[in-house]
Amino acid sequence: MTFEIALLIESLPLLLDGLVLTLKLWVLALSCGTILAVGLVLLRMSPKSYLSWPVMAYVYFFRGTPILVQLFVVYYGFPQLEIIRSGPLWVFFREPFFCAWFALTLNIAAYTSEIFRGGILGVNKGLVEASRALGMTYAQTFRKVVAPIAFKLSLPAYSNEMVSVLKATALASTVTLLDVTGVARKIVAETFAPYEIFLSAALIYLVLTWFIQNGVRLLERRISRYAN
Amino acid sequence: MKNPPVISLKNVNKHFGSFQALRNISLDVQEGQRIVVCGPSGSGKSTMIRCINGLEHHDEGTIMVNGHMMTSDEKIANLIRREVGMVFQSFNLFPHLKVIDNLMMAQRLVRRKSKEEAHETGIKYLERVGIRAQADKFPNQLSGGQQQRVAIARALCMNPKVMLFDEPTSALDPEMISEVLEVMTELAEDGMTMICVTHEMGFARSVADMVVFMDQGEIVEMGEPETFFSNPSHERTRKFLDQIISH
Repeated sequence: MTFEIALLIESLPLLLDGLVLTLKLWVLALSCGTILAVGLVLLRMSPKSYLSWPVMAYVYFFRGTPILVQLFVVYYGFPQLEIIRSGPLWVFFREPFFCAWFALTLNIAAYTSEIFRGGILGVNKGLVEASRALGMTYAQTFRKVVAPIAFKLSLPAYSNEMVSVLKATALASTVTLLDVTGVARKIVAETFAPYEIFLSAALIYLVLTWFIQNGVRLLERRISRYAN
Repeated sequence: MKNPPVISLKNVNKHFGSFQALRNISLDVQEGQRIVVCGPSGSGKSTMIRCINGLEHHDEGTIMVNGHMMTSDEKIANLIRREVGMVFQSFNLFPHLKVIDNLMMAQRLVRRKSKEEAHETGIKYLERVGIRAQADKFPNQLSGGQQQRVAIARALCMNPKVMLFDEPTSALDPEMISEVLEVMTELAEDGMTMICVTHEMGFARSVADMVVFMDQGEIVEMGEPETFFSNPSHERTRKFLDQIISH
């Protein structure tokens, strides 16, 4: 077998076509999943068990099953349901991009809500008491004291999730989408050069990860002017 | 005629599970009175003052603060807390906010003051505790003594009718204790009503109107510092004083 460095370089611009879709999926799923996670963690931390329990079950389901299986359930399974197929939601669920976004978002929300929960539990209880002693309400205390500190504490674990999600977007290629991995598979099918092409795809993911890591590091440095 | 007390506890009991933290506590605090509470650790001192502003909820008895009855209803407890300042052993400054923002936050959120007004009040009290120069620093850039003075200023910004101190000098290095005690003494001289849980007997002697000794959840003895220190009437008090003053 020969390794053609030229092929690797030639394939890069083609793979960059898929980059737009990869990034779009990553940004949309991560932002929506994170927003959903904030809601989930608030319910999860409620003392009322009828609010926290469903979230625990949700998190258990999404952490306990492979993302690929979740994606297949949405992409192949949902269209089997009459209410989806003949209902108004069909416009969305017939689109593979929507299915990939939907499955990833739900998955991210589950993981991220646990990351945030860890951050919230890490906030010094004395700060909450100090806020209450000043007459601040629970909502004010959460917004102004707990949330910003919990966010900082969550950042290392959250950046890990950001990188995981970037790699999970590759699963979109299994439902016909032409993201970086999807394009790579297509070229491989045409050229029969899996080694060069997939390595080229790997390079793209490595570069993206580098940007994520360093972006988070800058953010961490910015907000670590104070200790907790 | 005597005014009604600012704080009044009647037959207050408090349990943590099967452990009884407070036993039949009754205590009246008049306006302008300075009370020092002392006693061995686990005697219920902190629990008592934490019940006064509802950070803990008592099981039985009544607690009146500024004419309001403390309940476990968060809304009512919150209204009472606004008029009661509290200083903690571990400072509990907000680490993500600059000193001045630590002072402004509750003024803005709770008192609905304008930014300028809150800032002005903040600077005024920072000056009063002698650390105006540190306004734009973060809490972790200050010494322990400075942090505790910020915490006192933060409570004062709310213009409280009463100040509660929960062992304010216990977490401090020895050389920083006096700067905090000085601020507290000045506050007392200005007529602030105060309840201080502390082991600083020098402070108790010079500042307190009344010293309360607690042990095993009950008030064993209380009296003016003069008689309390020179002639305590209970054996338990005598033993405690021997232990903390002998060395």
